[in-house]
Amino acid sequence: MSLDFDQAIAKYEPTLGLEVHVELNTKSKMFCGCATEFGAEPNTQTCPVCLGLPGSLPVVNKRAIESTILIGLALNCSIAPFSRFARKNYFYPDMPKNFQTSQYDEPICVNGYLDVDVETDSGNQTFRVEIERVHMEEDTGKSLHVGGSTGRIHGAEYSLLDYNRAGIPLVEIVTKIVPNTGKYAPEVARAYVASLRDILRGLKVSDVKMEQGSLRCDVNLSLSPTGSGKLGTRSETKNVNSLRSVERAVTGEIIRQSNRLETGERIVQETRHFLEESGQTRPGRSKEKAEDYRYFPEPDLVPVVPDAKWIEELRKQLPEKPADRRKRLQLAWSVPDKEMAAMVNAELLDTVEATVLLGSDPTKARSWWLGEVSRIANDRAVSPTELISVKDVAQIIELISSGELTDKLARQVVEGVIAGEGSPSEVITKRGLKVVSDDSQLMSAIESAIAAAPETAERVRGGNIPAAGALIGAVMKSTGGQADAAKVRELLLKHLGQ
Amino acid sequence: MSIRDNAWQMSEALHNKEISAVELANDHFDQISKVDKDVHAFLYLDKEGALAQAKEVDKKRAAGEKLSPLAGVPLALKDVMTQRDIPTTCGSKILENWRPPYDSTVVTKLKDAGVVILGKTNMDEFAMGSSTENSAFGPTHNPWDLSRIPGGSGGGSAASLAAFEAPLAIGTDTGGSIRQPAAVTGTVGVKPTYGGVSRYGLVAFSSSLDQAGPCARTVLDTALLHQVIAGYDPKDSTSINQAVPDVVAAAKKLDVKGMKIGIVKQLSGDGYQKGVSNKFNDAIAELVKLGAEIVEVSCPNFEYALAAYYLIAPSECSSNLARFDSIRFGLRVGDDGIKSAEEVMNLTRQAGFGREVKRRIILGTYALSSGYYDAYYGSAQKVRTLIKQDFDNAFTKCDVLVSPTAPTTAFKIGEKSEDPLAMYLNDIATIPVNMAGIGGMSLPCGLAEEDNLPVGFQIMAPAMKDDRMYLVGGALEAALLSKWGKPILDFAPILAGSK
Amino acid sequence: MAAISRDEVANLARLARISMSDAELDHLAGEMDVILGAVARVQEVASADVAPTSHPLAVNNVTREDVVTTSLTPAQALSGAPASAEQRFKVPQILGEE
Ligand SMILES: [Zn+2]
Repeated sequence: MSLDFDQAIAKYEPTLGLEVHVELNTKSKMFCGCATEFGAEPNTQTCPVCLGLPGSLPVVNKRAIESTILIGLALNCSIAPFSRFARKNYFYPDMPKNFQTSQYDEPICVNGYLDVDVETDSGNQTFRVEIERVHMEEDTGKSLHVGGSTGRIHGAEYSLLDYNRAGIPLVEIVTKIVPNTGKYAPEVARAYVASLRDILRGLKVSDVKMEQGSLRCDVNLSLSPTGSGKLGTRSETKNVNSLRSVERAVTGEIIRQSNRLETGERIVQETRHFLEESGQTRPGRSKEKAEDYRYFPEPDLVPVVPDAKWIEELRKQLPEKPADRRKRLQLAWSVPDKEMAAMVNAELLDTVEATVLLGSDPTKARSWWLGEVSRIANDRAVSPTELISVKDVAQIIELISSGELTDKLARQVVEGVIAGEGSPSEVITKRGLKVVSDDSQLMSAIESAIAAAPETAERVRGGNIPAAGALIGAVMKSTGGQADAAKVRELLLKHLGQ
Repeated sequence: MSIRDNAWQMSEALHNKEISAVELANDHFDQISKVDKDVHAFLYLDKEGALAQAKEVDKKRAAGEKLSPLAGVPLALKDVMTQRDIPTTCGSKILENWRPPYDSTVVTKLKDAGVVILGKTNMDEFAMGSSTENSAFGPTHNPWDLSRIPGGSGGGSAASLAAFEAPLAIGTDTGGSIRQPAAVTGTVGVKPTYGGVSRYGLVAFSSSLDQAGPCARTVLDTALLHQVIAGYDPKDSTSINQAVPDVVAAAKKLDVKGMKIGIVKQLSGDGYQKGVSNKFNDAIAELVKLGAEIVEVSCPNFEYALAAYYLIAPSECSSNLARFDSIRFGLRVGDDGIKSAEEVMNLTRQAGFGREVKRRIILGTYALSSGYYDAYYGSAQKVRTLIKQDFDNAFTKCDVLVSPTAPTTAFKIGEKSEDPLAMYLNDIATIPVNMAGIGGMSLPCGLAEEDNLPVGFQIMAPAMKDDRMYLVGGALEAALLSKWGKPILDFAPILAGSK
Repeated sequence: MAAISRDEVANLARLARISMSDAELDHLAGEMDVILGAVARVQEVASADVAPTSHPLAVNNVTREDVVTTSLTPAQALSGAPASAEQRFKVPQILGEE
């Protein structure tokens, strides 16, 4: 007899804690001038410093400090007047110096919070997630395990190391424990990571691509019998790398831990790995003896002591909060909730806004980006903005508004631009996609259509207006879609005495 | 022109085209080939690179280009500084055959100044030691007496100067590794203010204490080299962004009238060899004759300096030496296709590090470990504060502080190698300077009457007041030279085969 | 009583990744005991009111601009590697976390 999620929640109260690692999008690494391009050829972005060669010394990237302070400010943190780097000493082949330059007891940002909204049975509810610290550190290299069957570490014959990623600036954002989320723990965890991602994207400090590892999440979870008020032993689930996985990992751990507790087993304080396929976690390799990181102040670096002026300059750079901005745009564009959510989920809010800023009607901008362009993008598994520029879409919308393009023609223009035939005007010229607006040309097409279907024409004359549709269709067909349907309708009805 | 001349005399001769840089380099390689089999100051000779650099300097001089004063003058480089494509071993098996792909900032500056780097000199492994006996490649012998140590860790650099294998050398000083070898070989060595010379490319032993500095046979030569290697370096976050004091002008001034010179009470007495104390006192008498005012100052916390040093330096070294793991460079032992990376790492570090290095790594690992951090590393940091305060107080009463550099003259090879604590006592007078990050110089002040071996006189100056050491050192050196009638190294036995 | 046991020294050697022989551990445990006895003196004056100094410099906020500089070539980066393959550093199988 095992507990399911609802039964587990009925008996146990979950306590969450989240640690998020964010790779900053600085041009150069944390402590050296090597580039940070994702996916570069192995070991092409390394130097004596990030390879940890004897004699090399680190120098801190100013932009990385500023990005971290911006994150701290956006998360309502205090910026420490004195902060230092420390060495975290442990051996691992992907870590060139066999210590990680990190921050220990003197982090740069402390004591903040992030409010997240979750849909509950009683409507929208705001949960406050308190932030303990935001600190700077450096990323490790990447290992490739060769031999064995799975490409995984166990059973591999040897490993190959690429240090391009070593030394890329990382920011670690650690929450305090998040109590009293009850059955909404999975949703709160997901909403927290989602809001954090939006904030980081708004700050433009990170690419926040979970699938590329530029945002990684560790989920800490413990259970205590409901009403006991005692904190349970926690597990730490590492590298949960999508929003959906965050939610699933919390759910999975609640079920696993509750079932252990039910059978009288103890929860082991341990690191666990999230399994994408099953949504469950498995224990990490237990170490025979605990590591002792022997932190001490990094003697190769000097303290970071941000003065009020520096902090205020950065505070001025803070963008509008994502939630506030969403509310403002929704109101200004009068978008229904559902469409707004669709735009946010498709990550097209920025794009639509940029298109509107170039003069397009918000509704049109939204429907072109989420409609035609997204459709083609989905077919090709790329993002819409990789296919066509904001400027081109805005121009196409303008040509529709001025009557120079019909929707149908506009779709062909979009297709042409995506096919690389040039700007919208070039595509129009090359493909000859001009709206036929010459009345006499339209009239001869209308007369031909009436001649071809005299009975239909008679019905229209007799007052059956909907019957005109077939005639309009014929005209549109004979003009190759280049006529303005409204104009055709107007001329046709007039000609037939309606 | 002779290889026994000073660097500034060589510089003049080169300038006046009495000798070419190529000839001068060859003369030194000649001397090295004759005496280094006995002295073993060098671990590697870069004849090709040195002659190419010398040729370049000669060409520029012939073309009438303006050259740095030391252009064409040969130099011996301690094997702890990286030089691109030249083996850099730090006296350790774990780095045997490692050729760094980059130049240290000191080497860049030397190359830019046209200095001719002859090769790399022997040292205690990773600069841990006071005798150069801890080199994985065999000890260096003191040119004054080949059965004795040349000091350490920079014994190779100091011995190369005393054996006239080079007129200039680079050393590094974490607890006395420039000054103590200078003292026991009758040469001059300066540890500049911490941050005065870039550490970029200096293979770290203890990052908060390490400092590279100039070594030579005279105070002026040392100043000329100091001028070349010092200055701000954006690649070293702990480099001081200020103008380098004019040490050359100070070395030439020869005037200490009215200067206040403080004798540190705690750096004398018990534990100092009689001849060392006597020569130190003779030098003080010379300074008095020159018009300096002598005051006695007390630095009560210096007695804890040695203990604090042997916690801080090992702690930092345990972390700095973690990167020697058989993956990116250096030795790999035991890779049989079966053993794991961790096992290979363990075996490599066991085979690659010598006893003293392992001893300090273990000591440092202990001092930083949870549960002991506060009692050991934390307490040592507090002692560091107290030592700084002692210096600050002392410098309110005087311009420079002085003491013997080392408690004894050169001891016999093997004499202390089995007793780490006895060995550590060699650094008792030099360590406080590193703890406070200030400057220290050692220059010869005579021969101890018991053994006719050179004694070192230490001058300590406040941070970024390095010129004061050169001022006092230059004046004292001139007074002693006129008293002795010839340079101290002329009292040393002539080495077999030497010119 | 000894300040440090042989087992503790063995654990330190494990943390420091040095596979010391038994004889070496025995010898080092004795030496460590003597050395620790000597360096423990720092505790005599390290009272609570003394601030620690971790570094001799009193300088803050040393940074560099976020500018990309030239990296080593892969050949230079790998030049010192005991083993390499596919432009990567080659190491024996890694036991540990995935
Ligand atoms: Zn780099």
